[in-house]
Amino acid sequence: MQDVNWIALSIFVLLFGLISWLGFAAAHWRKGDLDLLHEWGLGGRRFGTLITWFLVGGDVYTAYTFIAVPALAFGAGAVAFFAVPYTIVIYPFLFLVFPRLWNVCRKHGYITAGDFVRGRFGNRWLALAIAITGIVATMPYIALQLVGIQVVVGALGISGSGLAADLPLIIAFLVLAAFTYSSGLRAPASIAIVKDILIYITAFTAIIVIPIELGGFGKIFAAVPPQKLLLAVPGPNTTGAYGSYATLALGSALALFLYPHSLTGILSASSGHAIRRNAAMLPGYSFMLGLLALFGFFAIAAGVANLPEYAAGFKQFGNNFAVPALLLHSFPSWFVGIAFAAIGIGALVPAAIMSIAAANLYTRNIHREFINKSPSDRQESQVAKWVSLIVKFGALVFIVFVPTQYAIQLQLLGGIWIIQTLPSVMLGVYTRWFNDWALLLGWAIGIFAGTAMAVAVNLKAAYPLAFGGYTFPGYIAVYTVILNLVVAILLTPAFNALVARRVPADQTAAADYRA
Amino acid sequence: MNDAPPKRRTWSWWHLLFVVQFVAVLWPPFYNSAEPRWIGIPFFYWYQMLWVVISAVITAAIYLATDD
Repeated sequence: MQDVNWIALSIFVLLFGLISWLGFAAAHWRKGDLDLLHEWGLGGRRFGTLITWFLVGGDVYTAYTFIAVPALAFGAGAVAFFAVPYTIVIYPFLFLVFPRLWNVCRKHGYITAGDFVRGRFGNRWLALAIAITGIVATMPYIALQLVGIQVVVGALGISGSGLAADLPLIIAFLVLAAFTYSSGLRAPASIAIVKDILIYITAFTAIIVIPIELGGFGKIFAAVPPQKLLLAVPGPNTTGAYGSYATLALGSALALFLYPHSLTGILSASSGHAIRRNAAMLPGYSFMLGLLALFGFFAIAAGVANLPEYAAGFKQFGNNFAVPALLLHSFPSWFVGIAFAAIGIGALVPAAIMSIAAANLYTRNIHREFINKSPSDRQESQVAKWVSLIVKFGALVFIVFVPTQYAIQLQLLGGIWIIQTLPSVMLGVYTRWFNDWALLLGWAIGIFAGTAMAVAVNLKAAYPLAFGGYTFPGYIAVYTVILNLVVAILLTPAFNALVARRVPADQTAAADYRA
Repeated sequence: MNDAPPKRRTWSWWHLLFVVQFVAVLWPPFYNSAEPRWIGIPFFYWYQMLWVVISAVITAAIYLATDD
């Protein structure tokens, strides 16, 4: 590994210290009673349009995204750009579905997707399935945020052996755990503002400076091997790379706002209007993500993979080292410090929100439903605070002791699992038509089929579905959520007939979904 | 927050505008080519980046047309 970069490290530590202070100070921001779960876990639903923009932006465009998308462009080329159509087609869903969900959640004091499904369909087992899916899908996602910190810490030249190697990570996580415990969602919301400003500065500086250094975009793209520059044109009788590209974008978009951390960010908004405005403003982050994807090509053109000073980094972190190496190669140390701090802090924001979201799910849909049915407000928020610590600790243990590859594979499966909650949550916002047990069975079959398909292709995202002599490679999440939906639709009349004269269990009324 | 009848409907024909961006970016044959380039950037890349901007404008237009 290269020597310790003291200037970059100093700036990194300084900025890290600043946001740690901010995280603790945030407890007093828009002060509320942090012994209430909706105050600790949703910031009291008081964040206006701009704070929601920073919070959701910092939440869904994670540090890992900023490392992994350029790494994919660096390694695999054009296919990495699916992140752009993905983050384009998200926003119509955000605009149409989620203000309705926000309204009904506000009206009934729901904090999680499980709460909503419990109220809408009156089935605690369905709510349990939603909650467990959310928690399981979130855990590897938190672990991956740590990979972002690991990569930049490694790139700063800090290395060691055994537990000492993981010491910076452990320190970062203790700080994260402490301010999340004390300030709840207010901590990541306030830190997100600082982090996003740093990220924007880094991205826009790099997109101007690096192409000038490398002699223009023409030269950069000329350095990219032709087979990486575009999607492979499909052969006869298959939709080929086009099918996987489009379904990856669509499926990822459908899954994104079903993740507990995204929903937590959205529900903390102060109104449905704030959410709709954000659907028009959040593409600002999509644009930046597209620019960052191009960094993968900059890294190819700069030839960082062949420079001896970065060999150890690439050996340790693989293609994930492409962006840190590019930044080290292109910028003076002080700017590298800012950029790396942006990525490191960028990991803390989603990690905090994810742990809060998982804690909310456990507290509301498992603990309150099955263990202590009538907790006091204080007990309830106390359970959530402790669970947020346990969740983070679990992620830390995972990343320190288990190879990163497993976290990546679990996160891939997590996307396939979380989309199976779509019929209950996203369609549930519009209709009570589905039978709750039919939804649960559809969910189970979707999870099972999705896992089996992913295993059959060695844990890749796309499965080559063969049908009538044609092959349709596509994102497993899309195929299996369709299967899930078909099962739920077919079984609904059957189950309804079995249990005649069902008592309608819906706590919500049509008017609750409107502003 | 009360049971009074809603002042506006939740569906609007304006929402159909969203279909445009789905078609534009989810059909790769439209844009999987290197030419025409723009300041050296292949079409595949600048086309999709341009659609980020267009989709934001469409969403803002729908917001202004439907939200009071």
